[in-house]
Amino acid sequence: MSELTRLTLKAALEGLNARRFSSVELAQAHLEAIAAARALNAYVLETPEKALAMAEASDLRLAAGEGGRLEGATLGIKDLFCTEGVRSTAGSKILGNFEPTYESTVTANLWRDGAVMLGKLNMDEFAMGSSNETSAFGPVVNPWRSRATNRPLSPGGSSGGSAAAVAADLALGATATDTGGSIRQPASLTGTVGIKPTYGRCSRWGIVAFASSLDQAGPIAKTVEDAAILLTSMAGHDPKDSTSLPVATPDFAAFVGRPVKGLRIGVPREYRADGMPAEIEALWERGVAWLRDAGCEIVDVSLPHTRYALPAYYIIAPAEASSNLARYDGMRYGLRVEGPTLTDTYERTRAAGFGAEVRRRVLIGAYVLSAGYYDAYYLKAQKVRRRIADDFAAAFERVDALLTPTAPSAAFGLGDNAADPVAMYLNDVFTVTVNLAGLPALSVPAGLDPQGLPLGLQLIGRALDEGLLFQLGAVLEQAADFRARPEPWWRTAA
Amino acid sequence: MAIDAATVRKVARLARIGVDEAALEPLAAELSRILAWIEQLSEVDTEGVAPMASTEAVALPMREDVVTEGGDPRTVLANASRVDRNFFVVPKVVE
Repeated sequence: MSELTRLTLKAALEGLNARRFSSVELAQAHLEAIAAARALNAYVLETPEKALAMAEASDLRLAAGEGGRLEGATLGIKDLFCTEGVRSTAGSKILGNFEPTYESTVTANLWRDGAVMLGKLNMDEFAMGSSNETSAFGPVVNPWRSRATNRPLSPGGSSGGSAAAVAADLALGATATDTGGSIRQPASLTGTVGIKPTYGRCSRWGIVAFASSLDQAGPIAKTVEDAAILLTSMAGHDPKDSTSLPVATPDFAAFVGRPVKGLRIGVPREYRADGMPAEIEALWERGVAWLRDAGCEIVDVSLPHTRYALPAYYIIAPAEASSNLARYDGMRYGLRVEGPTLTDTYERTRAAGFGAEVRRRVLIGAYVLSAGYYDAYYLKAQKVRRRIADDFAAAFERVDALLTPTAPSAAFGLGDNAADPVAMYLNDVFTVTVNLAGLPALSVPAGLDPQGLPLGLQLIGRALDEGLLFQLGAVLEQAADFRARPEPWWRTAA
Repeated sequence: MAIDAATVRKVARLARIGVDEAALEPLAAELSRILAWIEQLSEVDTEGVAPMASTEAVALPMREDVVTEGGDPRTVLANASRVDRNFFVVPKVVE
């Protein structure tokens, strides 16, 4: 197996620019690694011909000295992003063999900067899930295994394919999306770096919609600096998304390595959840100590409405989803199951096309928006959302960023939470608050649990303060010196 | 609040998702468990709190009300399951 796949994005870009290897060689190395890793089920579609064609074009631009910021870099794309002429499914049967006739703005930005697409990555259906088990293509398997057993673990979700692909060196980096934790929780469970940017930082145009007021795209990467490089290309104002923020995108990588002395870091006491595993508590304390050693001032803060974030989310997100997913009616694209009447056709199509979790959420959404319940549920949740956003606003009057664990546990076994939806929802207890408030948050791998599984720490910032998160995240990354890698048990001989 | 099979039938109809009769009761129990968990929101004092629909404090930009793309039925119809000339074909609507 080629050493090229083990490079960070930053190192690969340096190698490409120095012409030490070509983009075609880099793409071939990744395509071989992907073909030998099908046991992980990370990719739902491999696009080798497209990858090699894009890599050849990159090599020509590099030879001419016209390379873009990501020229020749090999990336995986979450299957929630529409890619022109390439099947895009959102992990659902209802989209069938949908081939978009347009390109999402975020992926178009990556191709503009010279990146190369390796394929489309597996995910929970319509990004609804925290384990990748709701995918119509079956679950992704976490490259990491417990020291104690070889049983298959979940990579988290919904961006489980993105996280697993990066952790297993099947891409230099990947696109992902985060509605309640779908970038950060899988990053935490796979020892990778993931950032959910400020709402509006990345255009949602061409990304299959789940909950429009919460959805935000971001990268999953091997290092903090790689994530910063990718976000710099992905972000930017887009007139095609009315919620895209008309602000300039900084060079986020420039924040990596800047000193953090004197910054005030809040530690929210409400995140000390009941029954938090001792190793997560200990990791959090180590993270606090690392930032204190780097010269930060640690401040105890309170976010009193934290525990209400998940229940509020499970009204708001399904309500928005029930509206967004109304478009899948079998008439204009995707699956159609014919019935005797138009209504029967709708009902059969949607019953056959949506999986159990998506049906559950659409039904909850339709219920909380229905006549007589709107005020009690939807309006109430929107008011609680304001309370949660106000909690953050008050905290950020006293501190520059917050430090918390990313997820309440390390990777869990596939099937462990299948019987109880609420138990699965609790995976997002530490991540969902920032989606409701629209704030950026970064997950950085910070250690291993006693079973040898990765654990992440989360940094939360003010709106548009991603640069500071990269600055602080790089300090955590260096202090943690996280070098552990999963054993490549999945690799089959070519 | 617990919901019963009749409510699930009604909501499923609103959502245009076919649900077998036999699946209504188990689904009602499942959705009731989720709604019972959501019920804890009633503990939050939201008196006088304005509902929050968007996290963005800035005014969103307006654009000229003009056609920017369009006029290409081939592209629009490219993924349709049934097409006749430049039209989507749908099941009969009028009896």
